[in-house]
Amino acid sequence: MAGGAASGGSANTDTYKEARTWLLLPAWVTLSILVLAPVGMMLVYSFLTKEFRGGVVWEFSFAAYDQFFCDRGLFGDEPCAIEWTYVTIFWRSIWQAAAATLLSLAIGFPTAYFIATRPERMRPVWVFLITIPYWVNLLIRTVSMKFLLRDQGPLNDALIGMGLIDSPLHIVNTNFAVQLGLFYSYLPFMVLPIYAAVERYNFSLSEAAADLYASKFTTLRRILLPAVKPGVIAGCILVFVPSMGSFLAPDLLGGAKNFMIGSLIEEQFKGNAGNWPFGAAASMILLTMVLILLMLFARQQAKAEKAEG
Amino acid sequence: MSDREQIAIDVRDAVKRYGDFTALKRISLSIMDNEFFTLLGPSGCGKTTLLRMIAGFEDVTEGAIFLYGDEIETLPPNKRPVNTVFQNYALFPHMTILDNVGFGLEMRGKSKSEARRKAGEMLELVQLSQFAARKPSQLSGGQQQRVALARALAPQPKVLLLDEPLSALDLKLRKAMQLELKHLQRETGITFIFVTHDQEEALTMSDRIAVMSAGELQQLGAPTDIYERPHNMFVADFIGETNLLEVSVDAIDDGRATCHLGGGHQLTCNAVDGIGVGAKVHMSIRPERLYMSGAPERDGSLHGRVKENIFIGTDITTIVALDEGPDFVVRTSNSDRGNKRIFEPGSEMFVNMELGAARLLVD
Amino acid sequence: MASKQFDIKSYTGFKSITLLCLAVLYAPLLVVTIYSFNASQSLTNWEGLSLRWYADVFTGPESAKFKSAAWNSFVIAIIAATLATTIATLAATAMVRGGKFRLRTVSFGLISLPLMVPEIVTAVATLIFFNAIGFDRGVMTILLAHIAFCIPFAYLPISARMQGIEDSYEQAALDLYATKRQAFTRILLPLMMPGIISGFLLAFIVSLDDFIITNFVKGAGVETLPTAIFGSVKQGIKPNIMAISTMLLGVSVVMVTISYLVGKSDNTK
Repeated sequence: MAGGAASGGSANTDTYKEARTWLLLPAWVTLSILVLAPVGMMLVYSFLTKEFRGGVVWEFSFAAYDQFFCDRGLFGDEPCAIEWTYVTIFWRSIWQAAAATLLSLAIGFPTAYFIATRPERMRPVWVFLITIPYWVNLLIRTVSMKFLLRDQGPLNDALIGMGLIDSPLHIVNTNFAVQLGLFYSYLPFMVLPIYAAVERYNFSLSEAAADLYASKFTTLRRILLPAVKPGVIAGCILVFVPSMGSFLAPDLLGGAKNFMIGSLIEEQFKGNAGNWPFGAAASMILLTMVLILLMLFARQQAKAEKAEG
Repeated sequence: MSDREQIAIDVRDAVKRYGDFTALKRISLSIMDNEFFTLLGPSGCGKTTLLRMIAGFEDVTEGAIFLYGDEIETLPPNKRPVNTVFQNYALFPHMTILDNVGFGLEMRGKSKSEARRKAGEMLELVQLSQFAARKPSQLSGGQQQRVALARALAPQPKVLLLDEPLSALDLKLRKAMQLELKHLQRETGITFIFVTHDQEEALTMSDRIAVMSAGELQQLGAPTDIYERPHNMFVADFIGETNLLEVSVDAIDDGRATCHLGGGHQLTCNAVDGIGVGAKVHMSIRPERLYMSGAPERDGSLHGRVKENIFIGTDITTIVALDEGPDFVVRTSNSDRGNKRIFEPGSEMFVNMELGAARLLVD
Repeated sequence: MASKQFDIKSYTGFKSITLLCLAVLYAPLLVVTIYSFNASQSLTNWEGLSLRWYADVFTGPESAKFKSAAWNSFVIAIIAATLATTIATLAATAMVRGGKFRLRTVSFGLISLPLMVPEIVTAVATLIFFNAIGFDRGVMTILLAHIAFCIPFAYLPISARMQGIEDSYEQAALDLYATKRQAFTRILLPLMMPGIISGFLLAFIVSLDDFIITNFVKGAGVETLPTAIFGSVKQGIKPNIMAISTMLLGVSVVMVTISYLVGKSDNTK
């Protein structure tokens, strides 16, 4: 509003209007050179020819994308049939990421809700407790998880010790271990946006619903959930996106059978077997998928904001 | 006012636009040296915008502002010898009270010790010396208010701007601060420009008041002028309580206008330039200028019936329905109950007014 | 008490799930911490408390490797966090106090880009970039990559903090004859300090913990703690790794706790 600027005390103002270009310049330069330019260069590399000991030959080629999507037989001279190897790996990544997201939602929603309904004074403490593990080195967390879940690890020892099972559960090197690892890696991303949404929720709406004879479950489903939906969607995106491109959890907890995009990409840049253009192409495909997802999400958030007025 | 008096702030044809929205529509006014001047109006009327233009926080779209003859509207705030007391005080939370008060002096090139010494003196003036080493958050609202005042006065500005500085205080403290501010202005001899939406506050403190609405100046004058002789509907309605009634002008003679209300009631109003015979205009009459009697006392007595008495402490407000006419609000001071009569609801009576109490208004 | 009052807010089971959630989050860390003090040579047999694996980290056969990795990690983290925080503070000032401008949305997108792009993609892109411009991989490449990657982590708490500071403070300073520069250094900067400290600490942790990008852009023979740990873990989890992990875990927890406490102290009230 026009008068808003005159009332004083608003936070987004223009005190440093004249200096803004200079103030932003370091960020622009750093990020353009170190993030934007590299992504552009990666796009270029995905259309180059591979050099056999890593790196590229500066010769334009579709080979990387062709290798990704086309099966041209043993000698590479047949017409393009669909190549399933890499699509399967992408598909598995999506599936694993989706499973991890659902797991995070199942645990994260009640947790976020519970925290948001604590007395106001205690909420930051709960949030803090949930976020601490996130700030512990991801590698260390994943290694710890592996250590805990190993066949001879403390979990199996404890379960056998309690007499619940006779022989160790094989958890490591399964899909479930990867999902657990991803859940563990990104859970705070699920909890925090849902928490923020529930905290803003006006509980007199629930009271009104209860007053109008809705059961608790109906109130949750019909009143609360629609109100906090943007938070839930944000949480799902924030878990799904990094899960899809993750490397450590599948690498350490999944083993060779449970190969995901991250490992596929990593492999292309390690040692002599690598294929840089192919790695770049796989990265481009992953990036495209993620950006499309984020764009859909941004659209949806904008719509939700508009609906709220 | 004598001609020899100096003009402190001269606003000439000032316009402020935000995009398509015009916040100030060509305002001109002169604020005298050593004056307690108030900009009064409802929120959004442009009073704060005008104050912030004088302070230098808002650009002037068109027009000019002079400070003791020097044109200042293009100077940044830190080059203008005027200081502001902010609505929320804006005391620097990370500095002690003493450093807050000394800040302006230090910025003007005084040494740190000199700034502190002068700041100490200012704190004495507002009786807060014992809090010098504290942080703003450790002070009450009223104390913070006085620190803000001391901070703005410390660099000895030529003009002090006050942006609704009392609005965050409770009623009692506000009343006390009103007097204190008034005294401080007298003592320091600095021109004060005070912004408020509270008409009572404006009437209490000001030498002159500029009433503003919708970006325009409605009336400028001493508190009694504004209250007793409102110029238009807006001022009459905004300042104090009043009976605003539609009247038709029947005759004008020697500064008196004979008018009639709905229901055929006749009364005499003060004539105003620009309102002629036959005009249908509004009339304002303050409830405390009316009184009731059992029999008609003079020509202007209006017959009616009491609808309701409302006890509001110092006064009793009576709502009267005139025969086939509009309602009137009559206010009787509680202390006057010996002289003036209060009638039970339903009883018939006459409403009387002093000559000159009813004023015709231009829209 | 006779009967529990009907509570519209509480759902049965949510509390248990929350506790389960905390258990899952903390159990692995707790287990590793406990086993890092195990006296046993083997991983799982508990033979009593001992600090032998901590001693092993500092004096054992791998100590030289860990020492240089730790040195690299901390130096890179301190420099990257300092530069990222400086860049982020300036950028936040422009974004929050620069009024409306056309490139504002674009700038915000650019700043948060490292958060949106999957880390492995950033890693690949950075590696390719250094390769294309012929920049030899080493500590310098890690540092540059970390500076860029840390900017959004520093930016978010700083800009959040700044949005909470009313502009009447700067205006009061300007009104009291301060220049814009003085208003920034004397008023805004001190008020932003909790956000800046939080931003710095988060950037520091992010740099210290980063594995994926570092793994791609480090040169042969250059290691940081995470890459050194990863290298060791590939040959199986050893007790000395648990000791190192526990120490790193301690560093992270301390940093985050400081950041939390600093963030909580609101100096504008």
